[in-house]
Amino acid sequence: MTLSRDKLPRAGGLIVLLALAIAFPWLFSNPAVTNYGVFAMIFVTVASAWNLFSGYSGYISLGHAVFYGSGAYVMGVAAKAWHLEGTAVFELLPLCALAGAVIAVPFGLVALRVRRHTFIVVTIAVFFIFQLMAFNFSFTGGSSGLSSPFLSWTQASFNLSFYDIALACAVGTIVISWLIRRSTFGLRLRAIRDDEDRARGLGVKTMRVKLSAFVISGALTSLIGAVWFYYETQVQPQTGFDPLFDLTVVLMAFLGGYGSVAGPVLGALLIEPGTLWLNSQPQLSGIAEIVLGAVFLAVVLFVPRGIIPAGGEWITKLRTRGKPAVVPAVAMTKESVPAGTPGGEK
Amino acid sequence: MASQIYQAVVDGILVGGVYALMAVGLTLIFGVLDIINIAQGVLVILGAYLSYSLSTRAHIDLFTGLLITIPVMFIIGVVIHWAFIRRLRGSERTSMTLLVTYAAALIIEGVLYMLYGADNVQLKASYTTSSVHLLGFYLPWIYVYGFILAVVLVLAVYLLLYRSRFGRTIRATMQDETAARLVGIDVNRVSALTFGIGVAVTAVGGMMYGATNAFNANSGYDLISRLLAIIILGGLGSIGGALAASVFMITLESVVTIWEPTWAIAVFYAALVLVLVIRPQGFFGRKEVRAQ
Repeated sequence: MTLSRDKLPRAGGLIVLLALAIAFPWLFSNPAVTNYGVFAMIFVTVASAWNLFSGYSGYISLGHAVFYGSGAYVMGVAAKAWHLEGTAVFELLPLCALAGAVIAVPFGLVALRVRRHTFIVVTIAVFFIFQLMAFNFSFTGGSSGLSSPFLSWTQASFNLSFYDIALACAVGTIVISWLIRRSTFGLRLRAIRDDEDRARGLGVKTMRVKLSAFVISGALTSLIGAVWFYYETQVQPQTGFDPLFDLTVVLMAFLGGYGSVAGPVLGALLIEPGTLWLNSQPQLSGIAEIVLGAVFLAVVLFVPRGIIPAGGEWITKLRTRGKPAVVPAVAMTKESVPAGTPGGEK
Repeated sequence: MASQIYQAVVDGILVGGVYALMAVGLTLIFGVLDIINIAQGVLVILGAYLSYSLSTRAHIDLFTGLLITIPVMFIIGVVIHWAFIRRLRGSERTSMTLLVTYAAALIIEGVLYMLYGADNVQLKASYTTSSVHLLGFYLPWIYVYGFILAVVLVLAVYLLLYRSRFGRTIRATMQDETAARLVGIDVNRVSALTFGIGVAVTAVGGMMYGATNAFNANSGYDLISRLLAIIILGGLGSIGGALAASVFMITLESVVTIWEPTWAIAVFYAALVLVLVIRPQGFFGRKEVRAQ
């Protein structure tokens, strides 16, 4: 693959961003700051994984905490059952991702039969079933939850190593998301988002496509859920299966640009450090929720399509100001699709 | 054992009546505005806290206090509609409205948490602790009063919908918004008032919930998940379905509680999932027609 002149600066920019991301914990070695970095990377992964299903297919899932919590619990239960400790626990990560995929199949088969509101509500219902199971089963430790196995890393290397692991997950997820978006599979998903019946009429096997994306998304979310558990060293039903989790992830995707590759990444990088900071201020308890809700309302009302698409349009407008439009004005009819509508992105 | 089951069924029907009222509000909002109001749960809790403040600060009786809280909740509903929901348009409206109401729920929850703290409270009155012995059943007075009030209000909503001119405009909007607009119905006004009515009933639901359960700002999640299961089981937008599903589900839950108190709530979700596998549009729902 040769890089055209257009793509060269873009690829260069991405490499610089990646280098910055890798260098981040060395530039700011304060553990309080690297903690923010780890969480930011975790949520970049989650938001991208959520987006590659919900953003592309238009099925808004408010049940992704099911995967996140399950990943955490699978790691906790398996490590306890097989007496794993230290770095050997990381060998469980593929198992955790697999668990997410396995859960996603029946979950998807039921939930993806229904659309729109009903789908969202079913995902919420499944979420509550999982939270209830975590509370009620004995092997999940009930309301006190599970603690992770002991990891003998020093304070300094602990954050650094987890940062690298979370960064690897984030980069991997972004690459998967990017590959899906430019593949036929991604095109089918977006066809479903625009008009599912028409897509089916044109020969897209909608259920299979939706379910595949749901499974991939679920596996990635479980994987990072397990990493989060080992980093946090504990999980309780209300932290693993947190109703706020899904809303936060959806907010990240919407703020950055729902359905784009970079949008959820940007959203996660903006929101996660903010909420962490708010939650770390004891005198502000209760305010975090209000701020999250208010930001959400502002985003939905004022930048409903997210920063990245809206910003891209704005830049195009600036660049073409004073110059003749690319399309001759004569050819512009009312029927021509305006740039930026879901069906118009080519 | 048998008497225990009968008692559970009677309790279930009495409590189910109150849930029916809250679910009717939710399904009415859905029918007219095509919105699922996630904030309904926390609005119920807000209604409960309003009753709590009135009874502890001003010493107003719980039922008398409803004369104040119902209008207040109605106004809150109209304001939420005016400020946020009215403005949403376009292809992503469905998901946007859901997220907006979720965000509104978060804000209300945060405010309640700041005002009242995290401690559980419960509404108290002479009739919340005493009960009546009737036909071999022990019926707490609060359940009896609440049930009667819920029946009266559901009946009032029914009469409003099916026997009044305003009700006809609501039903017309539910059937076809564009056609309703064409025959001269002010759809915006109908939507705002419907949202107000749908939220106003949470004042009653909140008072009843608060008098029979200990609650804090977080309790809204438990409520909304039940209410959502109920209205989907009944078929979204179906008033009769919401009534039947609430009484059925709450009764089922209260019977299961005899054997499995910790898992009883799971009955809700299990039933929801099962029904959706067999009949995706719910018991009384119409088959979803293609949008456009």
